Amino acid sequence: MKKQVIIIPCSGIGKSLGTVGRVATYKVTDHLRPEETRTACLPLLTVGDAQTVQLVKENPCIAIDGCPAQCSKKNIEASQGKLSYHIIVTNALRENRKLKPEGVIELNPEGDQLAGIIAKNVAEKVDEILAEAKKK
Amino acid sequence: MTLAKDKVGIICCSGEDLPEGTISRVATRLVLEKLRPDDTVTLCLPLFLAGGEDERAFARVFPTIAVDGCGKKCAEIGTTKYSGKPVATIVVSEIMKKYPQVKATSHEKLNAQEMEVTMKIAEEIAKKVDEILCKDSKK
Repeated sequence: MKKQVIIIPCSGIGKSLGTVGRVATYKVTDHLRPEETRTACLPLLTVGDAQTVQLVKENPCIAIDGCPAQCSKKNIEASQGKLSYHIIVTNALRENRKLKPEGVIELNPEGDQLAGIIAKNVAEKVDEILAEAKKK
Repeated sequence: MTLAKDKVGIICCSGEDLPEGTISRVATRLVLEKLRPDDTVTLCLPLFLAGGEDERAFARVFPTIAVDGCGKKCAEIGTTKYSGKPVATIVVSEIMKKYPQVKATSHEKLNAQEMEVTMKIAEEIAKKVDEILCKDSKK
């Protein structure tokens, strides 16, 4: 089976930052790198679902977290998953201060643009991770 | 974390891999933002594992409703495991059976048909909130 990178956002529901991470994930898995990536339900890791735990142990993972609580990263690590890259939306926002995200049900255009920047960064990391894996 | 009385905590799965996860998420926000803004609060489910004792105290203080996308019931199981058993659980995939004409396929942005069913699910959650708080569902 072709190696895929598992991208898991925190999907935090309290703030728009979680939606930015979620939208960024879908931009990569559905549009930018559909063959090379997939996502998995983070709550399945939270409850210790055996199949999902195996998935993150066997494949490189990218965590996209909305805030410094870093729920996605911590849940992947608690499952002994292979965390290859980690990004926090608040850090991306600090570098793109004009793109203030608003809305949880639906992002404003600035939030969507921020998600696009994160998605591009993550897609590049996917290429690096898979290129590195090929060398091994 | 500031705790308030007479609130119901709604904890949804937000499952990333399934359209029903997006429906659980949007339905929860509709309750929080539009249907019962004064009566409800929420907490990110993965925060139970990643957070501290404050987060885990959540369901011991608030009555909660778990909103799950599928039969794996991560929100119910996670809330029970780390905090306390929810008073009620709503499973989106079960409710969707009442609307066989709607096949959930979107996970990025819900289409009009999916949004209509999502509003109905939000109304069911709001009804549960009223039952828990012993209020009439006439809002």
